[in-house]
Amino acid sequence: MLLKDLSYGGNDQRGGRVGSLCFVWQMLHESLFPSSEKMEDCLAKKMEITVSEAEKRTGRNAMNMQETYTAYLIETRAVESQNEGQCSPVDSLWRRYSEFELLRNYLLVTFPHIVVPPLPEKRADFVWHKLSADNMDPDFVERRRIGLENFLLRVASHPVLCQDKIFYSFLTQEGGWKEMVNETGFQLKADSRLKALNATFRVKNPDKRFTELKHYSDELQSVISHLLRVRARVADRLYGVYKVHGNYGRVFSEWSAIEKEMGDGLQSAGHHMDVYAASIDDILEEEEHYADQLKEYLFYAEALRAVCRKHELMQYDLEMAAQDLTSKKQQCEELATGTVRTFSLKGMTSKLFGQETPEQREAKIKVLEEQIQEGEEQLKSKNLEGRDFVKSAWADIERFKEQKNHDLKEALISYAVMQISMCKKGIQVWTNAKECFSKM
Amino acid sequence: RTCILILINSKNASQVLFFFFFPHSEFDLPEYSVRRRYQDFDWLRNKLEESQPTHLIPPLPEKFVVKGVVDRFSEEFVETRRKALDKFLKRITDHPVLSFNEHFNVFLTAKDLNAYKKQGMALLSKMGESVKYVTGGYKLRSRPLEFAAIGEYLDTFSLKLGTIDRIAQRIIKEQLEYLVELREYGPIYSTWSGLEVELSEPLEGVSACIGNCCTALEELSEDMTDDFLPVLREYILYSESMKNVLKKRDQVQAEYEAKLEAVALKKEDRPKVPTDVEKCQDRVECFNADLKADMERWQNNKRQDFRQLLMGMADKNIQYYEKCLTAWESIIPLLQDKPETK
Repeated sequence: MLLKDLSYGGNDQRGGRVGSLCFVWQMLHESLFPSSEKMEDCLAKKMEITVSEAEKRTGRNAMNMQETYTAYLIETRAVESQNEGQCSPVDSLWRRYSEFELLRNYLLVTFPHIVVPPLPEKRADFVWHKLSADNMDPDFVERRRIGLENFLLRVASHPVLCQDKIFYSFLTQEGGWKEMVNETGFQLKADSRLKALNATFRVKNPDKRFTELKHYSDELQSVISHLLRVRARVADRLYGVYKVHGNYGRVFSEWSAIEKEMGDGLQSAGHHMDVYAASIDDILEEEEHYADQLKEYLFYAEALRAVCRKHELMQYDLEMAAQDLTSKKQQCEELATGTVRTFSLKGMTSKLFGQETPEQREAKIKVLEEQIQEGEEQLKSKNLEGRDFVKSAWADIERFKEQKNHDLKEALISYAVMQISMCKKGIQVWTNAKECFSKM
Repeated sequence: RTCILILINSKNASQVLFFFFFPHSEFDLPEYSVRRRYQDFDWLRNKLEESQPTHLIPPLPEKFVVKGVVDRFSEEFVETRRKALDKFLKRITDHPVLSFNEHFNVFLTAKDLNAYKKQGMALLSKMGESVKYVTGGYKLRSRPLEFAAIGEYLDTFSLKLGTIDRIAQRIIKEQLEYLVELREYGPIYSTWSGLEVELSEPLEGVSACIGNCCTALEELSEDMTDDFLPVLREYILYSESMKNVLKKRDQVQAEYEAKLEAVALKKEDRPKVPTDVEKCQDRVECFNADLKADMERWQNNKRQDFRQLLMGMADKNIQYYEKCLTAWESIIPLLQDKPETK
């Protein structure tokens, strides 16, 4: 179970992808949602989704400039629970990374209370230096393919996101999808970065839970990025240790040429040293999968922060509205009683230019009262909206926490299993070498 | 012979140190013990080379150390040198001729070696002629095939050992750099553990596990530094000694050939080969026989030593991986320990 989980997407994705659809989906389904009753309404339950291929393409961009990009083939197939023996036909369409980005932006704006699953990195980051950082590098493209598939499966398994129509057509409708997204006008709803930044510094009564969560996501992000950075260096060094042993292979073989009794033993021990040096390539390639799992949670930290930010923004709006209402009420009171409680420009003007006529004052009070009424309605609805947001956001955060604990535990187990297998390989190689030495 | 007796004792009880190599220090010593400094060993080796020119004399560890880089009085350095000197003496005692050498005997037993050294100097000047070889002047016509082969073998052998020595040092360096990174890597899991509730224990476990692997790695590179490198060095020096003996042999042969040539020129005058040329021929033959015997002995020793050395290297690596394996296996239950709903 462990090893299969680990090699999902690692070994069997290049060939025979379609054959392993069900298996892969099941693995992910199980790992995302340990208790399956939550899954009943999910798209993932009704449809198998894979990103089965990546292809390099060349085209012209908006500026009519030549550009090279990678397109990914998404395959979907309906699952009918009644007659499981039959397989419905596979639908497929091509999407670029930028379209995935658009989808995610749309989801972020449309579902601000959801911790939206992150996309895999656009550029290779935190890689040990033997791996290429080139975007078109086949290994990178392959790892991104797995990452994009994982993203789709995460969305499809999410109790709320999976029901979204735009997401569904992303999977099923190749042409006109972009136009459809733009028609939703989601970009208008997008909060400007500046506004969000403003809110961060101005909120007077922040929700303690969200403050803590924000703090947690900051810490999580910093600890995972530190971990990934050092892991890349650890991988570099380990690579060095193994590869230098490969030199023994050559020198033992050369030395064996001048020896009589020792020759054979040296020669074959040299062969084992070659094997040892070569074994690190697979080990580190496998470890890259662990790094990818950690990276997903590095990006999840950002998604978590987005929810916190949205909450702050709403809290800020609410506080602004409340403040506005209070000041209007105060003005109204001042006009009605004729007293000026605080220094104001109006008070000054009235003192300088004499009292307004009673009619004028009546009219002003009326306008203000209408505004107060309106403001109170707004505040009420904002309050309600805020409460709803907190409720649904917190529900999703709880879901996320459970998912995170489960995923990371699995990741750590598979990491430990990898280390165990590396140790076993090491013991094996050195035992073989020892056998050769003992015959010298 | 006293020296042999003493050494048999030391073999049986390896703890009985009859040689102390501690510069400028006073010890309460058991009965059969003498105190020697490095320069005494050096003197002994020179004496052996002079008195047994036809034999392969085992090498001493390098005399000169770069001051400041190596602390000559540090425990590790003294221990490494002690081992090398011990090996040197064992090799002499194992040798059928060298173990009976008079100087060696004195070296093992004399309470006051310095007095003997002075006396030896006077002795040396008296019979200097027989010890010293005339160098240069003669050019060897052709080295006999078997010695040419030995020469070639030694060249390649020391070249390959030099490479192995460099590789081993490089591996130790890479391991230490790996260790530095690993020491930073482990504690990050600990930091992360502080942020988490449910994951706290598993992350702490991983951190501790990486810590254990660090310890194992440190032991591995220490063992390689202490046990592997010195043996390589000894054999590199050993092959240099062998090359020197080979050179001396060539000189003796060249001397003989030159004398033979001179006789051939005056053949008409004297039909019989003179006795000093015959003596010279005997010397060449003795030399050849000694050298061949020593080479064979050396080959046997080398085979055994390298088998042991390389098996030791494999063992150390196996032990390292076993320690890491135990560490990683022990945290699996910690990671899985969760009442999961199936």
